[in-house]
Amino acid sequence: MSDLVGSGNNMPGPTGPQVLFTSVDEFLNWGRTNSLWFLQFATACCGIELMQTGCSRFDTDHLGMLPRSSPRAADVMIVAGTITHKMASRVRTLWEQMAEPRWVISMGSCANAGGPFSKYSYSVLNGIDKLIPVDVYVPGCPPRPEALIDGTEALKERIRKFQMFGIRDTEAIVIE
Amino acid sequence: MKNADLFSALLEVYPDLSTETSETGEILWIVPAERLTDVACTLREDERFAFDSLMCLSGLDLSKYPAAVKGEFVGELLACVYHLHSFEHGHEAAIKVIVPKDETASIPSVEPIWAVAGYFEREILDLYGIAFPGNHDPRRLMMPEDWVGHPMRKDYQYPQNYSTWELKREGQNFTSGPYA
Repeated sequence: MSDLVGSGNNMPGPTGPQVLFTSVDEFLNWGRTNSLWFLQFATACCGIELMQTGCSRFDTDHLGMLPRSSPRAADVMIVAGTITHKMASRVRTLWEQMAEPRWVISMGSCANAGGPFSKYSYSVLNGIDKLIPVDVYVPGCPPRPEALIDGTEALKERIRKFQMFGIRDTEAIVIE
Repeated sequence: MKNADLFSALLEVYPDLSTETSETGEILWIVPAERLTDVACTLREDERFAFDSLMCLSGLDLSKYPAAVKGEFVGELLACVYHLHSFEHGHEAAIKVIVPKDETASIPSVEPIWAVAGYFEREILDLYGIAFPGNHDPRRLMMPEDWVGHPMRKDYQYPQNYSTWELKREGQNFTSGPYA
């Protein structure tokens, strides 16, 4: 039997039936961390840094992160930019359309806390955590692509501990 | 044509119009709201003017204006300034329409004359509360449709909450400080 399995394999390495023992959660989380597709949702200048993060210099593709145009196909929502009161209901709708398990990264000062508009603006929502639960806050105005990638790495640490039937960790991570 | 020549040409058609010079030296043609449609049609169609582009349409709250500028108008005022440009002749002009500041403030829409005015008018309707009868889609543009009040009015009271969240603004309603 071992000869049969190994005979067609020209690669060097151990021969024989290759079996991997793991738990369901760990196996699914391995897949989730390495294919973290994000929703294209850019409302302001942070969106430019988000595009730069996805382009060839920083290249989130090699981290398994692909931009998705539909919330149905996305795992993580990166809220990049200012959210106004009028936009707020749309943000909530998009988040509700995403399939579980879903995560949220708040990118930049506007999405975190209102940013430069927090004091005197009549139209800007001071932080998206009033609408949707946020997993990772990435500060900056706008954050550099390195900071956003740092945020996604912190999120991956959280996803590795994710349990399908366990208690979900809801405390937000703040990238410094 | 220079601005003064343009205005004298317009005076031939509408002899009762007047002008106003802004702080920056710009000459504004004061047009009563009820005559705006006629004047705008003339400015667009007449060969001498040929204003085929409405560059900008701005709202103003004249509450802090000196009384001398108000002229015949009394009380609280709102205004709209129409910046026009002619691609054919390359000249520009600005029209100012002043209306009383209350819930019935209204200026006839110029959307049939310059289609671009549609969004401008919706923005002013939203932020200043001037109605534009004739606009094909008179809804708010910037704020949510169930928002209360018009934020760019000087006496605007910022609400305490909206939807499910509280609203907090430093120096709320600006009774003191640099924005009072």
